[in-house]
Amino acid sequence: MAEDWQSGGFGLYVHWPFCAAKCPYCDFNSHVSRQIDETVWRDAYLSEIERVSAETPDKVLNTIFFGGGTPSLMSPDLVAQVIDAARRAWRWSNDVEITLEANPGSVEAGRFAGYRMAGVNRISMGVQALNDADLRRLGRIHTVSDARAAFDIARGEFDRVSFDLIYARQDQDLDHWRRELRAALDMAVDHLSLYQLTIEDGTAFADRFKAGGLRGLPEDGLAADMYDLTQDVCGAAGMPAYEVSNHAAAGAESRHNLIYWRYGDYAGIGPGAHGRLTLNGQKFATEAPRAPGLWLKKTRSGNGETERTALGQQDQAYEYLMMCIRLSEGLDMRRFERLLGQPLDPDRLDHLVQLGLVTVDGSILTATPSGRTLLNSVIAELI
Amino acid sequence: MTDLAHIRNFSIVAHIDHGKSTLADRLIQETGTVQDRDMKEQLLDAMDIERERGITIKANTVRIDYVADNGETYVLNLIDTPGHVDFAYEVSRSMRAVEGSLLVVDSTQGVEAQTLANVYQAIDADHEIVPVLNKIDLPASDCDRVAEQIEDVIGIDASEAIQVSAKTGQGIHDTLEAIVHKLPAPTGTLDAPLKAMLVDSWYDAYLGVIVLVRIMDGTLKKGERVKFMSNGTIHHVDRIGVFRPAMQMVDSLGPGEIGFLTASIKQVRDTRVGDTITHEKKGADKALPGFKPSIPVVFCGLFPVDSAEFEDLRDAIEKLALNDASFSYEMETSAALGFGFRCGFLGLLHLEVIRDRIEREYDIELITTAPSVVYHVYMRDGTMMELHNPADMPDLTHVDHLEEPRIKATILVPDEYLGDVLKLCQDRRGIQMDLTYAGPRAMVVYDLPLNEVVFDFYDRLKSVTKGYASFDYQMTGYRTDNLVKMQILVNDEPVDALSTMVHRDRAEMRGRAMVEKLKDLIPRHMFKIPIQAAIGGKVIARETLSAMRKDVTAKCYGGDATRKRKLLEKQKAGKKKMRQFGKVDIPQEAFISALKMDS
Ligand SMILES: Nc1nc2c(ncn2[C@@H]2O[C@H](COP(=O)(O)OP(=O)(O)OP(=O)(O)O)[C@@H](O)[C@H]2O)c(=O)[nH]1
Ligand SMILES: C[S@@+](CC[C@H](N)C(=O)[O-])C[C@H]1O[C@@H](n2cnc3c(N)ncnc32)[C@H](O)[C@@H]1O
Ligand code: SF4
Ligand SMILES: [Mg+2]
Repeated sequence: MAEDWQSGGFGLYVHWPFCAAKCPYCDFNSHVSRQIDETVWRDAYLSEIERVSAETPDKVLNTIFFGGGTPSLMSPDLVAQVIDAARRAWRWSNDVEITLEANPGSVEAGRFAGYRMAGVNRISMGVQALNDADLRRLGRIHTVSDARAAFDIARGEFDRVSFDLIYARQDQDLDHWRRELRAALDMAVDHLSLYQLTIEDGTAFADRFKAGGLRGLPEDGLAADMYDLTQDVCGAAGMPAYEVSNHAAAGAESRHNLIYWRYGDYAGIGPGAHGRLTLNGQKFATEAPRAPGLWLKKTRSGNGETERTALGQQDQAYEYLMMCIRLSEGLDMRRFERLLGQPLDPDRLDHLVQLGLVTVDGSILTATPSGRTLLNSVIAELI
Repeated sequence: MTDLAHIRNFSIVAHIDHGKSTLADRLIQETGTVQDRDMKEQLLDAMDIERERGITIKANTVRIDYVADNGETYVLNLIDTPGHVDFAYEVSRSMRAVEGSLLVVDSTQGVEAQTLANVYQAIDADHEIVPVLNKIDLPASDCDRVAEQIEDVIGIDASEAIQVSAKTGQGIHDTLEAIVHKLPAPTGTLDAPLKAMLVDSWYDAYLGVIVLVRIMDGTLKKGERVKFMSNGTIHHVDRIGVFRPAMQMVDSLGPGEIGFLTASIKQVRDTRVGDTITHEKKGADKALPGFKPSIPVVFCGLFPVDSAEFEDLRDAIEKLALNDASFSYEMETSAALGFGFRCGFLGLLHLEVIRDRIEREYDIELITTAPSVVYHVYMRDGTMMELHNPADMPDLTHVDHLEEPRIKATILVPDEYLGDVLKLCQDRRGIQMDLTYAGPRAMVVYDLPLNEVVFDFYDRLKSVTKGYASFDYQMTGYRTDNLVKMQILVNDEPVDALSTMVHRDRAEMRGRAMVEKLKDLIPRHMFKIPIQAAIGGKVIARETLSAMRKDVTAKCYGGDATRKRKLLEKQKAGKKKMRQFGKVDIPQEAFISALKMDS
């Protein structure tokens, strides 16, 4: 019988933990560092790929994702060496998707050609806002015209280019967002990530917010209306949401991210990277230390992981539920039941159906648009 | 054994926080009863909850030896008492064991309501009273004014009041001399049959029940067989001792002395405070007068948040009741909350203390339902039932009328806040009985329904007077009034744990206040929730809690799965702290907070 992860596939995530500047809203594992010795990083990545692939010799690799931080600060040569190592390490499926996250503040035309030659075939760019005042408020170091220029360069080199926007910003109203979203759709190719601004613990924004700053953030009601508006506008433009915050034309979805949401397996390499690996039938969660120096040190002694936790039936079932219900394709309740050993509570399910928050079609459970704005509560009700 | 002339027994009484326990510290320290290195602030407040709240809950006895200026050694037995009105019973029974009282008055504050209440009790007990003006180290101290107040308001001579700082130790020597010279020695006959007054008893994990006694006549020795006169039970005395304040064993106790005995007694309930202990053979034939029992006046339901913990709760309640005869309990079942206990308390602080102890010492999370007083329900058939729980209110067609408990409340308040206090009492259906002045302070006496006071009256009083009013009360009796049961419906389902008895004229107001409060207390759900107050079938107030609009995580990728799952598990555990009523989760604190009124 097929193992559970195979419904999702297998990908490789490579974390690059450096940025040119730290954005005040960002809780990703990213650091600003003057001196980065790429040869040291190359050795570390390569030895980690070797270590993990030795444990997973039979897996077929579907995707690679360079995330960060700002991976567009990596030299094309380093990216190429990592990709080559992955090619040696695993069998590859046809048409492996290789995405690299780019920041419009650090884009040169030459580099993008280099990434393409290294094997990268998809770019995801952090544009964040389409007006300069808001970019400044978000603490970004680039302007809208920088971002447009960078985007054009990327488009010149790649067929698949996506970009990110952060909305539900301070003092943003529905009209403002509608106009900005239209502009974004004009610019977009076939994929867009649209995130509502989240005040994450431990960020500069969180401190400001707690101190009474960051006034004018939308109330939940307005934020919900903005979300609904986003669904309508993008849907009408042929880019419906395939996940809570991700929109694409049919077939243009991020295949790497789909592995997460479909709860496949992924090797996570780099500081703070997480992985999910099924070994001899048991699924593990892996984790690496967040501090770059510490991670490098650990890789030199042969293993960059700090923790490896065997996931119990319930852990897996809950993770599958909370990841997969984010997708508009919905989740397979039979798969959930196989993982947990028992089905979803029919009364609770029924209650959610009555409230119009989910629909059930055969074994497929899907969150409705209104269910999606309340997804955390929906998930909490289901478990 | 000490001869009577060299014994002085006294209680230290005062309004809450005027410094009784701190004064006790200094007396203990000055006489060298406890080594300096073992000293700590409010040494006698040993319970966690006392130390945490900085208040005394349980009266404590200490025996100290004092070499007076006249060269003679005296044995002093002091009893530090609690100041809070809920524990007034501790004060009254302590007073029965001693001949005098140190009346401590904070010289920065003056006479307060419990000062008065305690003085009256001391006078009732025929005590010699020595006024002590405390906290003279503080700049706001005004001894002349306070002495005058004591004379005016209480009517006792304060010309020789001792000026003390229990903090710095100033005036402590004078206090000790006054104890020796102003307080009377106890009386008693050595060769009369034994009469020992059972002052208090509590449970000790190692020694079993410890019985605090005051010997009135005769001698009590270790190894003797004694009889508890109220029920005739016979016990063998294992140990006799005194508190210094640690237990110290002695061989015998004679007239006038205060100490303890143990006799392999298993339950505090087997001992009755106020009882007389005598010898099995050749015992006394007439018992001492005894004390009026304390009766619980506030009742509420205690339910485990996790219904699987019911048996643990039973165990905890039984253990606590072992040690606290003024706390009563019986099993209760609620449609929504499952199995729990209906418990009776001396007041709201007492309730809080017991609840805290269950939660902390036994690690059981509780849902506390709306506190209620005891109503008398007169039925058409002429019988009367005591109603401890509004949920048990019988069908109205069988009810003739209801009576509710009333109290006499005494409030002392600076003139400028008098208006607010009168309004508060009036709003709570009070009837003014008296209004007099003592300097710039007014003393008002009100007849109030206990029901209106029990819950948040004291908080409100403190807030409208910025903390300058003091308050004391006594139960007076029952009176008929137009009382009805108000139900709360959440999402169209009645929540029995939120039912309350209210006066008909105030029902709309209370109902509106409660539904508004509940609207804030209940978290938003995925659907909108009507919250209604109703009398009989008639809705008298209604609010709607609108549905939650947004609750979704924007970014969730491979690195987030672990964290999000753990969050979800935590959230799920948090949900256990709420109770489901139909499809609605109500947080446990809502049951009490919903009743607090803003006016
Ligand atoms: N400055 C000053 N503070 C004092 C003095 N005596 C007591 N206090 C402070 O007053 C507060 C109350 O003192 P306690 O001794 O606990 O009062 P209490 O009368 O035993 O209080 P209850 O037992 O709760 O009724 C504490 O913070 C003491 O430190 C004093 O002479 N001077
Ligand atoms: C790792 S960052 C990607 C790329 C690149 N470092 C950049 O910022 O341009 C992934 C995306 O998450 C989004 N993001 C980060 N922090 C966020 C926050 N606090 N609230 C909402 N979205 C956020 C941003 O849109 C960002 O582009
Ligand atoms: S948002 Fe992107 S560029 Fe900014 S700190 Fe985070 S990872 Fe770096
Ligand atoms: Mg005290």
